[in-house]
Amino acid sequence: MNDSPEIPPKLVEMVWDPVTRIVGSLGIHTKIDFARRRVAECYCTSSIFRGYSVFMKGKDPRDAHQITSRICGICGDNHATCAVYAQNMAFGVKPPHVAEWIINLAEAAEYMFDHNLYQDNLVGVDFSEVLVKETNPGVWEKAQRTEAPHAAIHGFRTVANIMRALNPFEGAFYLEALQMSRLTREMFSLMEGRHPHPSTLYPGGVGTNPGTQLFNEYLVRLLRYIDFLKRCVPMHDDLFDFFYEALPGYEEVGRRRVMLGCWGSFQNPDACDFRYETMSEWGREMYVTPGIVLDGKLITTDLVDINLGIRVLLGSSFYDEWEGSEMFVTHDPLGNAIDPGHPWNQTTLPRPQKRNFSKNYSWVMSPRWFDKSTGDHLALDTGGGPLARFWVTALAGKIDLGGYVRSTGQSVKINLPKTANHDAVELEWKIPRWSNTLERDRARTYFQAYAAAAALYFIDQALGEVHAGRLKTWNEFKVPKEAIGCGFHEAVRGALSHHMVIRDGRIANYHPYPPTPWNASPRDRFGVPGPYEDAVMNTPIFEENGEDKFQGIDIMRTVRSFDPCLPCGVHMYTGSAKTITVRHSPMFGAQVR
Amino acid sequence: MNAPITDIDILWITAGLGCDGDTIAITGASQPSLEDVVRGIIPGLPKVRFRNPVLAREVGEVFMRFYRDAAAGVGPPFILVIEGSIPDETNKQEGFWAGFGNDAATGQPITTCEWIDRLAPKAWAVMCAGTCSAFGGIHAMAGNPTGARGLPDYLGAKWKSRAEIPIVNVPGCPVQPDNFMETLLYLLRQAAGSAPPIPLDDLGRPTWLFGETVHEGCDRGGYYEQADFAEEHGRKQCIVKLGCWGPVVQCNVGKRGWINGIGGCANVGGICIGCTMPGFPDKLMPFMDQPPGSILSSHAIQTYGNSIRALRAFTQASMNKEPPRRQPNEDA
Repeated sequence: MNDSPEIPPKLVEMVWDPVTRIVGSLGIHTKIDFARRRVAECYCTSSIFRGYSVFMKGKDPRDAHQITSRICGICGDNHATCAVYAQNMAFGVKPPHVAEWIINLAEAAEYMFDHNLYQDNLVGVDFSEVLVKETNPGVWEKAQRTEAPHAAIHGFRTVANIMRALNPFEGAFYLEALQMSRLTREMFSLMEGRHPHPSTLYPGGVGTNPGTQLFNEYLVRLLRYIDFLKRCVPMHDDLFDFFYEALPGYEEVGRRRVMLGCWGSFQNPDACDFRYETMSEWGREMYVTPGIVLDGKLITTDLVDINLGIRVLLGSSFYDEWEGSEMFVTHDPLGNAIDPGHPWNQTTLPRPQKRNFSKNYSWVMSPRWFDKSTGDHLALDTGGGPLARFWVTALAGKIDLGGYVRSTGQSVKINLPKTANHDAVELEWKIPRWSNTLERDRARTYFQAYAAAAALYFIDQALGEVHAGRLKTWNEFKVPKEAIGCGFHEAVRGALSHHMVIRDGRIANYHPYPPTPWNASPRDRFGVPGPYEDAVMNTPIFEENGEDKFQGIDIMRTVRSFDPCLPCGVHMYTGSAKTITVRHSPMFGAQVR
Repeated sequence: MNAPITDIDILWITAGLGCDGDTIAITGASQPSLEDVVRGIIPGLPKVRFRNPVLAREVGEVFMRFYRDAAAGVGPPFILVIEGSIPDETNKQEGFWAGFGNDAATGQPITTCEWIDRLAPKAWAVMCAGTCSAFGGIHAMAGNPTGARGLPDYLGAKWKSRAEIPIVNVPGCPVQPDNFMETLLYLLRQAAGSAPPIPLDDLGRPTWLFGETVHEGCDRGGYYEQADFAEEHGRKQCIVKLGCWGPVVQCNVGKRGWINGIGGCANVGGICIGCTMPGFPDKLMPFMDQPPGSILSSHAIQTYGNSIRALRAFTQASMNKEPPRRQPNEDA
């Protein structure tokens, strides 16, 4: 890279559309400065609209979880769970303990499954022999000469061997991961029937029959998965550490300001009564702590604070402003004022139009978090999910799951017991120096261990209920004529909220905010780019190919590090790239304010 | 049309209004698994090249070239798989509801409908993965602004491929993983010339997968017969009174389970919401109310069920006693 102002920029338009190996259709439109070897501008577009918020109006509120599960085909159950949390609040029902343990076990299996499949069958390909050879032959050369530090544990002698094992549809680890993703889906299906759209989950609890058979069947699979993880985690450490070593400066790839949001996961049934009035307290008892980290500091762990700060902005999206539309909720149950731009008050008014990168270019809106202490609308990201979950949980220091998981204030310790082929191990995720591509990916592997260890704790609790004979899994409720509800959860790829308004016993307004709108949002009305755009714009280019054969591997790794999961789109005109002139200064790292 | 096919492409489009859940589901299949088909492990199949945006190594325009080539008639025969419901792109002034790749001339997305228009006439066969593309599904719910519906609604119910194969529908929300892979395997055998034309019902569903109801394969059916109905979720009895549509819904999930025989719906305590059916979701909502038809049938079975249950309890009690000569010693 050369930032010298004397060198004239050589901007080339490069587009990737669709970005593959993600869920949904995403497009990234960039201008790359090949003179300075960095990305000058980036626009993130989405080319599919489905309209959940529109067609849910007037439907029965009990159906919300069944409908919203269909938002996502990989983490639909995260939506269904979040919807159930919102329904429980609106209906005033608290499920029996054993139902909460079943839901936690299902969600733990979802994290284990989804991170596993995404990391090693989709992201992993970017780090495989095939792609590293094509994009960085020098790195491949070095990988062949580099002994893997944890070879004795995972069995791959060199880093090149790890890369070869990740080759799509051929590599040994790629194929093993695919197999493991079936085992974890069996675990999920034991708890909630089907994946990704569960069948046995309801407001008020579950329809699953609890018993020793159910939890034993889950446990034996979990132990096999943990055995696999004991090789998986050190293997990924070796791979990611190698990239820092082989490509000095790689920490700048996908780096952005530490601005992470996590909405918390795994309810503690002793604490959670699903009442809004007590949400600050029970939110802090979740087994992944909710919170916001700004520049390395934990600025809140309060779900009420988090809720009040959510703003949905337009600016570059294919919708009409809803200013002047009906205000559904002026105050929350605690008397706090609710903004017209809050999901409870949002009205979705789709306006299909031509895509225009200087005006509107995406079906994604721009959720932001209003920081009342500074007046900023923060373009929070989720770090792909695990990075934010770990960072908040580590700093908050509130977690101790029976010795299986413990947060220390600067790290999270995970204890995995003896399994078929390996002794007990303690893993420790430590707060990294950067919020960047490699650390998002590393956290994803470690969070598989977090979820597995948490599941061991949930199994203990669930068996406790069984042994005490407390087998009721569902509590009855009545749908009120008028009510509001909100659910906060962690989808696999990050912060997830559902907001519901009930009038006359029907859904009057419903707005889900999954992690990808946060991460994939376009420029908001203040001109602030969304996190993918921002992270890509900060990215130096390490790929060895020139513009004629450019694959954009560093950009693809960055986008995929966020674990995109949404109908979106990125375009590339390989070989026909046209040199263009600069129309305005590239917004390097343009930030909120 | 009957010459055996030795090489075949599978071109999968996920850019309908969907959630990619059918693609994700089939990565869970094991009978056969996707990798077994792609790697040529199953004997006697054509060589398969699998193109799907969620799993492809290639990105962007390099990936789109597979679809552009097929549209141009270049390359081997292909099976077109559509996932997601089909929007009505004519119901608005401008813009698009769903796009896939871009038009180099205009810089605008190429709509999913345009891709269907280009590819369907050239496809050896067309498959719908999941209920959205088969019948419209959740995104075709009343009140949707996109005018979404199923692919057969878009192409016409009588549509046949150039190999004279009707649209092959494998519904389910999402599709049961092995149901889809097994159907694909059948078509690949047909392409290889080793199987007769795939048996489909009048809605394009493979007859051996969708010929029976959930109820006919439900392990809670015995409770129904004995008029033993759960009054709340989490009980072992028949859940028809809690909203289960199993008695009329064509789906094999209760027998097959969800993955490797585990899970399902009614069999494990989840009310059947009819997600494989053309009437889904509108005709089955609200899901948590008892289906009107079952009010009559569950009532009608009371007399028979209650008396048979009492008689069986009597016989069962007898069978729970050993013959007198094996009675335990009272003094021991």
